[in-house]
Amino acid sequence: MSATMPVKSATRRRLGWTPARAGVYGFLIVAALFFLLPLYVMIMTSLKPMEEIRLGTLFALPLRPTLDAWSVAWQSACTGLECSGIRGGFWNSVRIVVPSAVLSIAIGAVNGYALSFWRPRGAGVLFAILMMGAFIPAQVMIYPLVRVLAAAHLYSSLPGIVLIHTIFGMPVMTLLFRNYYASLPLELFKAARIDGGGFWRIFLQLMLPMSTPVIVVAAIMQVTGIWNDFLLGLVFAGADNLPMTVQLNNIINTTTGERLYNVNMAATILTSMVPLALYFISGRWFVRGIASGAVKG
Amino acid sequence: MKPMTRKNLVVWIALLPMAATVLLAYLGTMLWSARMSVSGSRTFPSYDFVGAAQYMRLFDNERWLLSLQNVALYGVLFIAACLVIGFLLAVFIDQKVMAEGVLRTVFLYPYAMSFVATGLIWQWMLNPELGIQQVLRQMGFANARFDWIVDQDMVIYTLVIATVWQASGLVMALLLSGLRGIDEELWKAARIDGIPRWRVYASIVLPMLGPSLSTAFVLLFVMVVKVFDAVVAMTQGGPGTASEVPAKFIMDYLFGRANVGLASAASIVLLATVLAIVAPLYFVRGRASRLKEA
Repeated sequence: MSATMPVKSATRRRLGWTPARAGVYGFLIVAALFFLLPLYVMIMTSLKPMEEIRLGTLFALPLRPTLDAWSVAWQSACTGLECSGIRGGFWNSVRIVVPSAVLSIAIGAVNGYALSFWRPRGAGVLFAILMMGAFIPAQVMIYPLVRVLAAAHLYSSLPGIVLIHTIFGMPVMTLLFRNYYASLPLELFKAARIDGGGFWRIFLQLMLPMSTPVIVVAAIMQVTGIWNDFLLGLVFAGADNLPMTVQLNNIINTTTGERLYNVNMAATILTSMVPLALYFISGRWFVRGIASGAVKG
Repeated sequence: MKPMTRKNLVVWIALLPMAATVLLAYLGTMLWSARMSVSGSRTFPSYDFVGAAQYMRLFDNERWLLSLQNVALYGVLFIAACLVIGFLLAVFIDQKVMAEGVLRTVFLYPYAMSFVATGLIWQWMLNPELGIQQVLRQMGFANARFDWIVDQDMVIYTLVIATVWQASGLVMALLLSGLRGIDEELWKAARIDGIPRWRVYASIVLPMLGPSLSTAFVLLFVMVVKVFDAVVAMTQGGPGTASEVPAKFIMDYLFGRANVGLASAASIVLLATVLAIVAPLYFVRGRASRLKEA
């Protein structure tokens, strides 16, 4: 199963069955049901035709399960006048996430490497300010960034939103790689220096090949975070590049006429599919990302 | 200062994106927003100086005051509920239970979902006509009321429920890794002395989890200040203005109402609040870790 951390084998000792023990399981089972309920409701609603939904039996299994709502959500649900489903948003999100994740990881790796091993004068101060940057509410930065991007003709464009994600991802990515490289033995770096390695050669040929674990964690964090972003996509991506989360919200909250709850829930599942799949496949790494990127805001 | 060597030059070229981001994107935008907050800017920036007038208008603005009140109530409940539920989940999972991996996966999966999806799911579950209220009535409680999402006085609690569902798994994950770092000897010693388990948790383990708890607190606090997506998706700030929050206020005044001066003043207030809470925590923690090293 995913999300398993190493457990000291000596501590694996079952306790006897007591009332306290029953209480522990009782609490955990009730809590698990509470956490699973929305997922259950979401899936069941997406499989029901509207007549069944109008019965008001939220928790019931579908009597005649159908995938119609899923196909409507994917290719013909309406946002305003346009009725082409949520697939456009899916591909927009892919186009935003891939370059943003690659760029922010690459820059984070170079930053972390330079900060851990080369330590140029003044870089420590920059890093400290960058870390404070992780806590700055985006609202403080949005308006000036809009003006700057507009002046550079990057506002409402794909390169613009990629740049924005790179900027907002930089604190966590830099911290992640800096901590990772700080845990490597310094002798390794010194030996490479003595052998005449330069800045880029040591990075590309020595450090990068050893960075696979941290790159995996970084990729999970960035893909999940950028895919789930709403605010930045709403402001910076522009009408042609709206990410899936923004389109999802538009489909559900701006429709006129009858609300198709089955379509809404199918669209919500479709939008959550990428981060959820990533989470279920990579649980342990996902948790590691949470622990190491604990300043993320 | 040493003369710039070739080695240093290469390093600084590599750090150029970071330097530019820090100076322009972080410091520069903060200064610009601070400057805007003392100007009379409407749709476009203007560089006149109006002193604290925008701040005074801000704190005369009923919608802003309501947003602050909402976010304060929301924040206290959200943080308290996440910490309590997360702590209980972590402690109970730490009792060497069966299917631990499954349980952990179940408690953390909502955290992988976006706030938009979270808001939309709960909007549907809490739907007064077809949601949980209707189910309760069909079960025979003909007068059951659970229409909080359309009730001005209760809507903020629905926001708490939805986001606690999303984020308490995070607290569990953080505290569980803290609990796993506690020495097994502690439990042996406590058993020999005949101290009940709950006492050990309350008086010894909880203080030992201090660093994990403060990390969790900071993460949750930042989420509270930034809460926006979930509100937009779930209630759009309604019914009426009953679930307005500061982040949404700023966005509305920046783009919808084209009042950059007022929105900037609000964003600086938000920033000051964050720094006032987070900076001391980090200062204390930094000092503690330096003391430990010394």
